[in-house]
Amino acid sequence: MKTIAEINEKIKKGTAVVVTAEEVIQIAKEKGYKKAAEEIDVVTTGTFGAMCSSGAFINTGHANPPIKMQSITLNDVPAYAGLAAVDLFIGAAELSNKQGMEYGGGHVIEDFIAGKDIKLYAKGVGTDSYPRKEILTTINKYNVNQAYMYNPRNAYQNYPAAINSTDKTIYTYMGTLLPKHGNITYATSGELSPLINDPHYRTIGIGTKIFLGGAVGYVSWQGTQHNPAQERGENGVPTNLAGTIAVTGNLKDMSTRYIKGARYHKYGVSLFVGLGIPIPILDEEMLRYTAVSNEEIYTTLVDKSGNETYDIKYNYAQLRSGHVDFKGKSVLTAPLSSLSRAREIANTLKDWIQHSNFTLTEAVTPLPREDKVNTLDIREMK
Amino acid sequence: MTKIKIKIYYSRDEIDKPITYELVKKYDVMFNILHANINYGSEGNLITEISGEDENVKQALTYLDENGIRYKKYTKSIIRDEQACIDCGACTAVCPSGALTMDKNAELKFEKDKCLVCGLCIKACPIGIIDIEL
Repeated sequence: MKTIAEINEKIKKGTAVVVTAEEVIQIAKEKGYKKAAEEIDVVTTGTFGAMCSSGAFINTGHANPPIKMQSITLNDVPAYAGLAAVDLFIGAAELSNKQGMEYGGGHVIEDFIAGKDIKLYAKGVGTDSYPRKEILTTINKYNVNQAYMYNPRNAYQNYPAAINSTDKTIYTYMGTLLPKHGNITYATSGELSPLINDPHYRTIGIGTKIFLGGAVGYVSWQGTQHNPAQERGENGVPTNLAGTIAVTGNLKDMSTRYIKGARYHKYGVSLFVGLGIPIPILDEEMLRYTAVSNEEIYTTLVDKSGNETYDIKYNYAQLRSGHVDFKGKSVLTAPLSSLSRAREIANTLKDWIQHSNFTLTEAVTPLPREDKVNTLDIREMK
Repeated sequence: MTKIKIKIYYSRDEIDKPITYELVKKYDVMFNILHANINYGSEGNLITEISGEDENVKQALTYLDENGIRYKKYTKSIIRDEQACIDCGACTAVCPSGALTMDKNAELKFEKDKCLVCGLCIKACPIGIIDIEL
């Protein structure tokens, strides 16, 4: 048994043993769980995938005369203005008024991080407090006040693989799905994925310090659609959509290597978010969780056209192989989240910890372990 | 035998001319259409492989030249900005010939000789870094 405080002492001295969630698998095989748990202090995880439920709050500062912005666009992408006078929220999945699905909120966020000038246009109604009715100017990360990412749902704990049963190609947030079960796409980093390595949220909770977009960030709340009650395998790992986290971090400190605007053909825009979480190896149980391998992590197959339902699960070793068997036919599989960049994130976080630049946190309060997801039904207006 | 990949541009006036038929009939070349975007009454283009005897393929291109039909010959297939590529793999989902695959290190591998220049990967790329090099 180790405490987070003890692990932090080792980190400060530079003696902590840190490995990635891929490396721990082999170590556990060679040394056994018990010995590996004694030796290893921290396991780092990583993921780099499109996460639509992302965005950023920006305070632009006041103009003279001042304006209460009522409608705002950033590079012609609408931003939310229903806050105080010059606070705005730009959502990753918002589309450009001029370029449609080719550019959107995710691209604005990437351009902002890159230090580029962003065109700001806003209108106000004009009041005694805020007489100005219109403003056209530019903002960038050096001349605004606060700019912080706030992502209501990131790091989905597992995600179903996608297929298309119809006769036509369909364009989805799971990529282009070819007709007649022509391909299967999948979107997690498997054995490197943060919440898969702490399946019951023993160490990851509200307040946990994380890697977010190349900077330090925090878990700020449970994510939207957090669903810990999802079906799980014997190892505790969910086999479908389960836990999620809301995260926040300073946008000005982030890097475009780990935050990237994305567009999905005929679907819309999104944002690639790089996220990594360190997991303290408090005991053998935590070591067992982090030593889970792709062969042991299963996900459910879903028909994105909604016509067929399957009782089929694949593990991530099968999906990673490039082909899986679907009803006797070999079907091409393709990833949508970048494993190589996820690996880079886990290694970067490992490096930060080894060089005493990042210490671990106790969660302020745990993520809910019982919760369910509601659907939106058509209800009678009373 | 020669095999080339070309993009034939159809102007509004040429859209109703049986260009492929003429080429097949006159020069005995084979067409393998990779991508077509032709709408009657407006402009269009056709990406195709043309194969046949060396001399016949040459003459087929001369025919296009002489009839003022614009075309571009693909010599290098698709290109991607390797520095900007994030190795997500979305393009590998649609590549019909297996030219784009993920390698052992989960990095995108492109095998040029397998590429059909169909262009599906261009639209499938979420960060827009694949294009056709002419």
